Amino acid sequence: MSNTTIVPFGPQHPVLPEPIHLDLELDDERVVRALPSIGYVHRGLELLAERYDFIEMANVAERICGICSFIHGQGYCQGVEQLMGVEAPPRAAWLRTVWGEISRIQSHVLWLGLAADALGYESLFQHSWRIREMMVDIIEETTGGRVIFGVCKVGGIRKNVDDETLGRVRQRIGEIRVAFDEIATIFREDPTVRQRTVGVGLLSAADARALGAVGPVLRASGVVHDTRQLGYAAYGALEWEPIIEQDGDCYARCLVRVREVDQSFDLITQCLDRMPAGEIEVSVKGKRPTGEAMFRLEQPRGEVCYYISASGKKNLDRFRVRTPTFANIAPLIHMLGGCELADVPVIVLTIDPCVSCNER
Amino acid sequence: MSFLKKSPWVLHYAATSCNGCDIELLACLTPTYDVERFGIINTGNPKHADIFLVTGSVNEESRKVVENLYAQMPDPKVVVAIGACALSGGIFRDAYNVYGGIDQVLPVDVYVPGCAARPESIIDGIVQALDILEQRAKDRKRQRKIVSPVVENP
Repeated sequence: MSNTTIVPFGPQHPVLPEPIHLDLELDDERVVRALPSIGYVHRGLELLAERYDFIEMANVAERICGICSFIHGQGYCQGVEQLMGVEAPPRAAWLRTVWGEISRIQSHVLWLGLAADALGYESLFQHSWRIREMMVDIIEETTGGRVIFGVCKVGGIRKNVDDETLGRVRQRIGEIRVAFDEIATIFREDPTVRQRTVGVGLLSAADARALGAVGPVLRASGVVHDTRQLGYAAYGALEWEPIIEQDGDCYARCLVRVREVDQSFDLITQCLDRMPAGEIEVSVKGKRPTGEAMFRLEQPRGEVCYYISASGKKNLDRFRVRTPTFANIAPLIHMLGGCELADVPVIVLTIDPCVSCNER
Repeated sequence: MSFLKKSPWVLHYAATSCNGCDIELLACLTPTYDVERFGIINTGNPKHADIFLVTGSVNEESRKVVENLYAQMPDPKVVVAIGACALSGGIFRDAYNVYGGIDQVLPVDVYVPGCAARPESIIDGIVQALDILEQRAKDRKRQRKIVSPVVENP
C-alpha cells in the first residue's frame, strides 16, 4: 500500500533566489502531482501605468524584473513608439540590440550558475558568476548601472556610447568568450552535470506546443520558435538561426542556453561591426500615444508580450505584460509529474523561473 | 572593526523584490566580492542564521513569510533592509499591493539604499549589522547574569 504525502517546496528555498511555492504530492519518493501557488511578489505594477505618465513608465517597466531589466524597458518603449508612429533612429535600435544581447548573456550565465548550484556543483557556480561579473562590468561601462540599465526611453536611448568604448567592448567580449568556452565545455561534457540532467524532466515537442511553452524550454524540445525572428530592433539585419535541441530534457535546456550565449557573442560582434552612426533619439515632445498595440519580443526566458492601450492622454489606459515564466509554469507542472523528489529543484530551475516577472 | 569575532551566517528572502537587489546580494558571495572569505555564508535555514537580509517591500502574501522567518531565527538577530523598495516601497510605493518598507512588519536595524543596491553598499550594511549583532550578544550575556547570578559552592 502506498501513502501519499504532501511536501511543501518554497516559498523560501535554498536553490531559489525568489519565492515560489509548490505543494508536491508524493508517493514515496515519486512526485504524483505538483500544485503551484503564487502571489508572493505581486505588487500591482500594471496599475502604476495610471499613476505615472507614459514617459516615466519606462522606468517602472524596467523594474518588472532585475535580470531582464533592459529588455522589459525596450519592449515597453517599442510598444509605445509603435502607438505613436515614431521609429527610433538606427543607432538607437542597434545599441538596443547590443544591450539586449549583453543582458541575455548575463542572464543565461547567471542561470547556468544557479543550475550548477542546484546540481551541487559549487565551483562551477562560482566560475559562472565570475564570468557574469565581467559582463556586468561592460554594462556598467556603457550604461552606468549594474542591474537596472536606465538607458531606454520612448523615442530612442538616453545615452550614446562612443566608438572608442565600443572598441573596448569588442575586445572584452573576445576575452569573455574565451573564459566562457572553458565553463561551456564543463556543461557540455562533465559526467556530474550529465548524470543529474540527461533524461530528467522530459517534455516532448507536442506537449511543449500544447502547453504553450516559450523560449529555451520550447526550443530544447525541438520546436523552432524565437521571437527575434520577427526582426524587431536590428535583428532583421543580422545573420543568425534559432538554436534548437531535440531531447527535451534538463540537459537539452542547459545546452540551448549554453549555445545561445555563444550566439549572443556573435550577434554583439556583428552589431559592433555594422553600428550605424547618427542620432540616438527622436523627439516625442507634444505627441501622445493613441490606440492599442501588442508588442512581442524575446527575453532570455522566452517570448514576452506587451499589450498597451492609450487614448491620447498623458497616462496609458492599460498596460499588460504576459511574461515567459507564466507560460512555462504549465509545462513545469507537466514535467514534475512522475519525477523523483531529489530532481525537483533541478527541473524547477531549468525553466529559469523569474517570479518577479511572473507576478509583477 | 579590526577583525570579526564570529562568522555571521545570513538568510536572504526576496519579499517583493524585482530581483535586482537579490542578484547583487548573490554577487557579494561570488568571486569578485567574495564575502565568504570573511566567513559570511548564505544559508537557506533560518535556524542557522544571524543576519536577515530582506529585499523588496512587503505585500499581504510575503508579510506572513517574512514574519515567520524572523520568528524562527535564534536571538541575537539583526535585520538588514536592502534596496529602495525595502526602505520605503521605492518606485512601487503607490502600487495597490505594497504596504511600504520592511519596517512596517519587522524592526529593521540597517537600511541599505540604492536601486538596485550595489554590492559594496550591501557589504557595508552587513559590516554595520555585525557591530549591532555583537552589541546584542553582549547585552544578552549581561542580562543573563542579572537574571541568574552564578552560585558559588552550593
